[in-house]
Amino acid sequence: MRNVWTIASREYRHYFLSPVAYIVAFLILMLSGILFVFQIKSVQDAIYQGYPANPPTAANSVIYPTAFMMLFAAPALTMRLLSEEQRSGTIELLLTAPVKDWELVVGKWLGALLYMLTVFVITLIIPIVLNRLVEPGIDVKATLAGYIGLILLTAAFLAIGTAFSSMFPNQFAAFFATLIVIVILWWVVGWPANLIQSASGFFTYLHAYAHLNSMLQGSIALKDLVYFLSLIMTGLFVGTVAIEIRRWQ
Amino acid sequence: MIRATGLTKDYGSRRAIENLTFEANQGEIVGFLGPNGAGKTTTMRILTGFMPPTYGTAQVAGFDIIEESMEVRRRVGYLPETVPLYPDMTVYGYLKFMADLRHLPNPDDMIDEALELVGMIERADGYISNLSKGMRQRVGLAQALLHKPEVLILDEPTIGLDPAQVVEVRNIIREIGKQRTVMLSTHILSEAQQICDRVLILNRGHIVAEDTPENLQARLMGAERALLTVRGDSDGLAALLAKVKGIKNIKSLPDGSVEFQFEPGMDIRPEVARQTIQAGYDLLELRLLGLSLEEIFLELTRDSKISR
Repeated sequence: MRNVWTIASREYRHYFLSPVAYIVAFLILMLSGILFVFQIKSVQDAIYQGYPANPPTAANSVIYPTAFMMLFAAPALTMRLLSEEQRSGTIELLLTAPVKDWELVVGKWLGALLYMLTVFVITLIIPIVLNRLVEPGIDVKATLAGYIGLILLTAAFLAIGTAFSSMFPNQFAAFFATLIVIVILWWVVGWPANLIQSASGFFTYLHAYAHLNSMLQGSIALKDLVYFLSLIMTGLFVGTVAIEIRRWQ
Repeated sequence: MIRATGLTKDYGSRRAIENLTFEANQGEIVGFLGPNGAGKTTTMRILTGFMPPTYGTAQVAGFDIIEESMEVRRRVGYLPETVPLYPDMTVYGYLKFMADLRHLPNPDDMIDEALELVGMIERADGYISNLSKGMRQRVGLAQALLHKPEVLILDEPTIGLDPAQVVEVRNIIREIGKQRTVMLSTHILSEAQQICDRVLILNRGHIVAEDTPENLQARLMGAERALLTVRGDSDGLAALLAKVKGIKNIKSLPDGSVEFQFEPGMDIRPEVARQTIQAGYDLLELRLLGLSLEEIFLELTRDSKISR
């Protein structure tokens, strides 16, 4: 575990030197800031014009847009994790140090996750401010469950990215492979869920968006936890196997 | 201690090394010599646990490289051919990272010691991206030495260094080689000649010769060669030498000096000097030309003239 932490903290610090990481943080914070302002504005307009207004929620200004941004952010943040080590030859250093292959892969993934958690902590300003603006406060339970869902979704996407990064020495190959898989899980598997009635349950279960949505209702169901955790485990496992295969080639 | 038995590695259908068996003992510096693609890096990567062999096995520092890879990796210091550095880190940060991965008990002292040894202590806080190639090589070496490994495996350790640095690095290696096992690869033959106790010559994945540099030289040498240079006109010098007993294969070189061979063991230089001076020439130089490892190497890699 100590090695996981050593690798994760190096990776975490590296993100603060990386333009990609700053762009990701900037876009997420800017998008949720803009959506926050729009929500407040639309409530104001509704009140002026006498319409009933939906209270603004953290889900609409932070969690949905951030989850959407993660479709691109996860591949961008993970593409270089192991690809870069392979390209520059530093992989030779790590694979001949007394570090197990899984420790390397999990450490890399954890570094990326910690970086995203840092960004998410900054977004907490929005629900905190909303809570003061809205009477009688926001739905704390739904917000918390939503955040947990967002973290799990991010962790799963990053694990998929880490797996592809250990498969491809080319960063762009890793980026696009990750993007394709994530878009399929987030969006594309939603289509057959509606079309093929007989297998609808199966496709709905694969649908990442559906799981995040169910958590945003304020409940953390076991099936949602299992879904995200199994994606994370699969990603990390595939990443480790890819490193092992590389050794044997 | 390194003990390899029957190491074979296939990359797909291409066989990189075949049935390599060799040893390197404590207090010994063993050199791997061979042209590019001979299998030096492959062998080192197997010994360091970077990849497993297809067949065969090896013991490094008393542990099996396949079954006990972690134990081997703890005890080996490795400098790969492309020095693995993170340019965004400082020298200290990089070594601290490696020290943490190796769970060193007092990392700061060991980092200082390693940096002292490679002469980079005053650059500890500098970023690796700002270092010259020679300095990077030394940081890589510091990384390999950091945990005071029992076995040191260095892939082309002096490549890219300037002559002064080459001498420094060789001295460091020689110093370390007194107590530990060092295996290094090089294609600079004089380097192997200078610092290695034993040389393994590798060609197309096979060991074609294994001996001390001196013995290798002696084994291939049929005759000793010498060079004679006089001031001014050297006409008739070759004819003069032809009269000296034991001299053969006299060659006049374009610069006026004369190269000749004689039976090993009978040094005829005093006789040559006397004759030259008596004939009225101004003797400038008379020296032995050893058959360099370079020539042995070319000889061996052209065809496997001597086998083990």
